Amino acid sequence: MQLLFERSHCGRGCSLLPASDVPCAPLDDSLCRTQAPHLPQLSENELSRHYTELAEQTHGVNNGFYPLGSCTMKYNPKINEEIAALPGFTKIHPLQPEATAQGCLETLYLADRYFSEITGMDAMTFQPAAGAHGELTGLMLIKAYHEARGDFNRTKILVPDSAHGTNPASATMAGFQVISIPSLENGCVDTEALKQAADEHTAGLMLTNPNTVGLFDLNIAQITEIVHNAGGLCYYDGANLNAIMGIVRPGDMGFDVVHLNLHKTFSTPHGGGGPGSGAVGCKEILKPFLPDPIVVKDENGYRFSGNNPQSIGSVKAFYGNFLVVVRALTYVLTLGREGIPEASTNAVLNCNYMMNRLKDVYDMAFDKGCMHEFVMTLENLKKQKDVSAMDVAKALLDNGIHPPTMYFPLIVHEALMVEPTETEPREVLDHAIDVLHSIYEIAQAEPEKLHEMPLHTPVRRLDEVGAARNPRLRFQF
Amino acid sequence: MGSYVPSTLQERQEMLASMGLTSIDQLFEHIPAQLRLDHELDLPSGKSELEVSRQMNRIASHSVVFDSIFRGAGAYDHYIPAIVKSVVSKEEFLTCYTPYQAEISQGVLQSIFEYQTMICELTGMDVSNASVYDGATAAAEAVNMCCERSRQTVFCSSAAHPETIRVLKTYCWASGHNFVLVPCREGKTDLEAIAPQLDKKTSACLYIQSPNFYGQIEELDKAAELIHSVGAKLIAGCNPIALGLLKTPAEQGADIAVGEGQPLGMPLSFGGPYLGFMAATSAMMRKLPGRIVGETTDVDGKRAFVLTLQAREQHIRREKASSNICSNQALCAMTAAVYLAAMGPQGLHQAANLCYQKAHYLADQLCSIPGVSLKYTGAYFHEFVTELPQAEKVLSALEREGILGGLLLEDGTVLWCATEKNSKEDIDRAVEIVRKELL
Repeated sequence: MQLLFERSHCGRGCSLLPASDVPCAPLDDSLCRTQAPHLPQLSENELSRHYTELAEQTHGVNNGFYPLGSCTMKYNPKINEEIAALPGFTKIHPLQPEATAQGCLETLYLADRYFSEITGMDAMTFQPAAGAHGELTGLMLIKAYHEARGDFNRTKILVPDSAHGTNPASATMAGFQVISIPSLENGCVDTEALKQAADEHTAGLMLTNPNTVGLFDLNIAQITEIVHNAGGLCYYDGANLNAIMGIVRPGDMGFDVVHLNLHKTFSTPHGGGGPGSGAVGCKEILKPFLPDPIVVKDENGYRFSGNNPQSIGSVKAFYGNFLVVVRALTYVLTLGREGIPEASTNAVLNCNYMMNRLKDVYDMAFDKGCMHEFVMTLENLKKQKDVSAMDVAKALLDNGIHPPTMYFPLIVHEALMVEPTETEPREVLDHAIDVLHSIYEIAQAEPEKLHEMPLHTPVRRLDEVGAARNPRLRFQF
Repeated sequence: MGSYVPSTLQERQEMLASMGLTSIDQLFEHIPAQLRLDHELDLPSGKSELEVSRQMNRIASHSVVFDSIFRGAGAYDHYIPAIVKSVVSKEEFLTCYTPYQAEISQGVLQSIFEYQTMICELTGMDVSNASVYDGATAAAEAVNMCCERSRQTVFCSSAAHPETIRVLKTYCWASGHNFVLVPCREGKTDLEAIAPQLDKKTSACLYIQSPNFYGQIEELDKAAELIHSVGAKLIAGCNPIALGLLKTPAEQGADIAVGEGQPLGMPLSFGGPYLGFMAATSAMMRKLPGRIVGETTDVDGKRAFVLTLQAREQHIRREKASSNICSNQALCAMTAAVYLAAMGPQGLHQAANLCYQKAHYLADQLCSIPGVSLKYTGAYFHEFVTELPQAEKVLSALEREGILGGLLLEDGTVLWCATEKNSKEDIDRAVEIVRKELL
């Protein structure tokens, strides 16, 4: 496929702007760039076809099954897009007077109330732009809390070894030292190891529940209590919230602060890797430290309450990825109190159904009832037939199925992490199950064939090592 | 109520039966009873699409859409070509995730590669990443790239956007970097004021935005010379439309160029989603945060694109990663790429020139009113600050006429902005309202 720059012809373009209608003001040459940027020169038709061609080489949720574990690739409803495109949202300047932005403030206010209720928290901020950004913000709240109490010795964050890489990376950015807590064989937290680790230097614990292998950690109340008894706070990574909405809440499990991935659990589109929203909710004790400003409601309507002396400040300009919040609010209003738990129960049903029908041939990392995702281990297949998790994933590509998350969590060898979500009908699950069975049969009969796959994708397996060794990161004119 | 679960109740029963279960609740039985929610969530009842649409339309109608906007201050009202919205609403781009599986993600990968190329062209820098959250966090990530063991002091111009300053302060507090605000003189960064504080061992970087918050064009080349004299880095905050006309950060010696990409095709949207763009010299390539796309070949020798240099990233390096960033603003980066491709070199130059011309016309007209004058005398791009008597009254009068005037600053002056969207007629009308109010 040609690049935009290879399609470009000098002199072509789109006519978009009018000529100037004001007198010409001079501009000092010494302020000007010496060479125009090499931007493509294309007619609108050529540009339009270019991106249509690129779209044809991109697999989204709308192209087919996308059971990418931990990413909750559920269907993105169209009404959310329509609402987020309303001029009453898109054409509002972030620094408009509050009285002229009441609809936007109301949106943030309602989102605060509803997401606080779903998580069992007391207040939310929508400033963080993504999950990892939410983690960083939540850890900053924990840091501010300890500092406000004059306790500067709490420099360590406990993170299970099964955690997503963003957890330890966020802790480092927030100025903490990371203490890795080993998991038990069933992927749950080793409470004895946790007791050993939690002490007067513990600022907090980061955890997701269900955990990264898709199991609900039954000791969760004990875990949060151990951390609290040591004087630390508990951070809930909301990556897996889609399993438990309306059934059990992070706030009731003993967590003090959570982040939500509105682009996972609340159906806003992933957009090829953002924009997302990593809304952060917290209990009353952390509320004074939230980023400014927070929306409040009084007799005159909605307004920002800013200049909170204990606030950590800002983690992003303005109020976050606002249009993502608009979409998520639209989704919550649609599902409501009945539909929110229904989404979670069916996510768990779809997941258990798939796992149950695959375990005749595939080894499960943990062979018991899962929540919204399950992890297969291809360790035996790798040993016996030299077929890896990667090989199975690449074979799925030829069948129009986006592979599960590969090689995560790190505590499972040759892992494939499957998250079907609630928005897939049974026949899609059945088809994926059949495909996985047929791949297994190929692995038994002609394993070497799997090393060649995919065969029918726009490009085949890539030279990733070469790409990193000899980086070509831009087009050379 | 609304629902996006396709399976019927009967299908659910059949699926449960295949596992020897009779009720969906059995899937949750293992969760300790004392933790389980014993009541329905306190949310409104679910609604049909029609009802939700009605409610959200009503909420949207509670904000005022101004016909004419003369306010920038970090969020700019530019014309968005029709093709931009059409391309980025394609379902494939909208509903895919980070392109981990390159074989079925070439479209999105190639578009990021094209974006990286255009950001390099715009800034003159060697290498760009695939985006960060916004201009303010781009500055914060750039600061992290510059801080090393002993170099922990971060200088930031007080003429930068106040939101960027706040974000930098917050990030520096958390990571333990020493944050120093550099004073202004005449609306520009006072470089002489930092000279005595610079240190060859401890200074990490200087962040300067140009055009700065007050619209003034800064002397980045002098800043570069000064900061490089102690071996520290210059981070330049830039406006991407201004780069259609003005000197690039690379031409002026910046080590890292960052900025708010919102002017490149993203609507105002009450502050987001926007786009943080980031580009650096090749010497700093491996310190860049976030995704980077590289060119390679597949097993058949065909050109292909892939996420690369991942050894910097959190999923490999965990607590030692260059940043925690995972999801970025990919669709906003694509928006910027389509915008830049639609504008082309001539179009971008024209947009920049129109901004410059309209802002200068607006300033001239406003300053023809007695009592109104420019606060700063330096060269500016499309924003400027005026003294304006009775500013609150004047701005309210404009609002009543459907015009969002300049931003009232803390010292009572007003920060104005004009773009290609402001016609002469609109400018004249706004100026007349100001004139009448001040009679």
